[in-house]
Amino acid sequence: MTRYLLRRLLGAIPLVLGVATVVFFVIQLAPGDPANLVLSPGMDEAVIEQTRENLGLNDPLPVQYVKWLGSLAQGDLGYSLNQRRPVAAVIGDALPNTLLLSALALGIAFLVGIGVGVVQAVRPYSVPDSVLSVVALFFYSMPSFWLALMLILVFSYLARNVWELPIWFPSSGIRSSDFDLMSPGEQLVDRVRHMVLPVTALWLVLAAGVARYTRGSLLEVVGQDYVRTARAKGLPERTVILKHALRNALIPVVTLLGLYLPVLFSGTVFIETIFAWPGMGKTIFDAIGARDYPVVMASSLIFAGMVVVGNLIADLLYALVDPRIRYE
Amino acid sequence: MSEAALTRTSRSPLWWLPGGALLRVGRWHLGVPVLTTWVFAVLLVVVRARRIPDVWFAGVDGKLAVLTLGLTVGGLLVWAWSDPSGRRSLLDRRWHPAARSFQRNHMAVVGAWIVFAAYLLAVLAPLLAPYGPNVQGDLLQVRLLAPSGSHPLGTDHLARDVLSRLLYGARVSLSIGFIAVAISASLGTVVGAVAGYFGGWVDSVLMRTVDVVISFPRLILLITIIAVFEPSIFLIVAVLGLTQWPGTARLVRGEVLSLREREFIQAAEALGFARARILARHLIPNALVPVIVAATLGIGNTIVLEAGLSFLGLGVQPPTPSWGTMVADGRNYLLTGEWWLSTFPGLAIVLVVVAFNLMGDGLRDALDPRMRKG
Repeated sequence: MTRYLLRRLLGAIPLVLGVATVVFFVIQLAPGDPANLVLSPGMDEAVIEQTRENLGLNDPLPVQYVKWLGSLAQGDLGYSLNQRRPVAAVIGDALPNTLLLSALALGIAFLVGIGVGVVQAVRPYSVPDSVLSVVALFFYSMPSFWLALMLILVFSYLARNVWELPIWFPSSGIRSSDFDLMSPGEQLVDRVRHMVLPVTALWLVLAAGVARYTRGSLLEVVGQDYVRTARAKGLPERTVILKHALRNALIPVVTLLGLYLPVLFSGTVFIETIFAWPGMGKTIFDAIGARDYPVVMASSLIFAGMVVVGNLIADLLYALVDPRIRYE
Repeated sequence: MSEAALTRTSRSPLWWLPGGALLRVGRWHLGVPVLTTWVFAVLLVVVRARRIPDVWFAGVDGKLAVLTLGLTVGGLLVWAWSDPSGRRSLLDRRWHPAARSFQRNHMAVVGAWIVFAAYLLAVLAPLLAPYGPNVQGDLLQVRLLAPSGSHPLGTDHLARDVLSRLLYGARVSLSIGFIAVAISASLGTVVGAVAGYFGGWVDSVLMRTVDVVISFPRLILLITIIAVFEPSIFLIVAVLGLTQWPGTARLVRGEVLSLREREFIQAAEALGFARARILARHLIPNALVPVIVAATLGIGNTIVLEAGLSFLGLGVQPPTPSWGTMVADGRNYLLTGEWWLSTFPGLAIVLVVVAFNLMGDGLRDALDPRMRKG
């Protein structure tokens, strides 16, 4: 197991290197002189030249590339041109927010998705199964940004201003403006209320896919001989499904984890932008708007790294739930 | 059925309408949509008779719209009269087991008709839309009007008709989805087939490239590339088309790996055919089924992605309407109660994508002999 892990980690290095190379050369295609981003307009020609020299922009491209890789390897992500502080600090602030959002959404999506899939597969082609299939298909086909806007419309605007319900959810930010004046209990409630809508917009779309997949996988397993044996020896249906069938049906569902990470991270770009959630997605979007290339490069690398690590975790989980798979 | 019975029923006017014959022999899934389409087209000719010359002279897409309308009205009539028994028709049941299986899947048939209707409405937009896509009303009086008789889906913040923009937006969204997927499916098929057939270092290099592109969150790659250049429709199509091929490539490679061990490929090799010919004539045609399914499902995804990029302001640029930009336009008016701006374009996206997914699922079940139920 340890050897397999090591080999996979080593195998991930060329992958991340490839991604880094793609990012570097895409950014190099950008028109305009990066030196102008640092300087104010109308500077003296000599100052511009000196800045270019200082930033290493006069080196040939391969030299710039190797230098950039070298500083990356030392953990130096560069300096944000827009925020005027190290990129590591920018990402350090944003990453925990995104991880919180993604982890919650992923967790809820798999719990709900598997639950719905089981309910459907227990009585396939029944009315509840068909209704849930249609609902799942709709959420599966829905753009997450539109779902987010509809959630805001219903739970922030209609619930608060039109129906005047006691429960409504804020549509932006991670805390209220009077957060510091609240008691610890109220602060917790405030944080949770700000999380509800963004997390929901993310998990609903993912859960629909998980439900579709779980249903198919469970239906396949239920048709197998050992499940018939379990039923024949008089086990309650509950035990047959949850203990015998579901365990095997969940094995392929685990692979969805690896597949859904890129989807999830793409989703965070929309959701964080819409809900003004200060995470990686909003950071990279804002950085692109401001042409803050060091932040763009570092954030894309982090996203790619998270996808690679997520795939690794999915593979390890796969081995964990299926003892037939031996990694040597 | 006796000759006399045929003559008797053929006096019914329904018999002579397109789709009527199909209804007569009980083939509702084809008859109802064909008849509906034809009646809709005739009504459009009647209602918009005065607009047709203007649209014809307005440009290429106007001519296309008029021609399509004419073909729908005339072509369907000719087709109905040349085949009065409805025995030979589009998608004939007896044509192929796959077509038969697809038609038994009612949801898939509904999906296919929605897709067809969406493309038809998009082409006919100049004739259909009550207003031009960028025609502004009086900013003081028709701005942000709720849905009503004169503006069925309301007006937006610049006093433009939402329904008209929705129809014109369909052309952008639907064609981008189609073209981008056509590019990526062709590219992916060629790369996957070459990798699978030649093997060795060619395979390694191509598949490692695929790994890199797949492990990159696609949206991040897209917005980085688009932000570096100026966003435009051509850039969007190119970028969407050139980033989606790795999935197809993996699929085709897997197919080709198993195909190349089969006897007919070995026979072709023994006959001394050029490798390019074996690839193009023997391997790729036999590996196309999963590509068609993936492409159908991929169009839905691409439409969502294009809408997302446009929503972020990185896609289709205003004032050209696209469903994504329309959703984005309405974003600032949600908390003041103007709900129709974002809701309707979003619903249009969901409807079309659901239809593509239904159709793709149906195609997969129909084209996979193991899934086919008779």
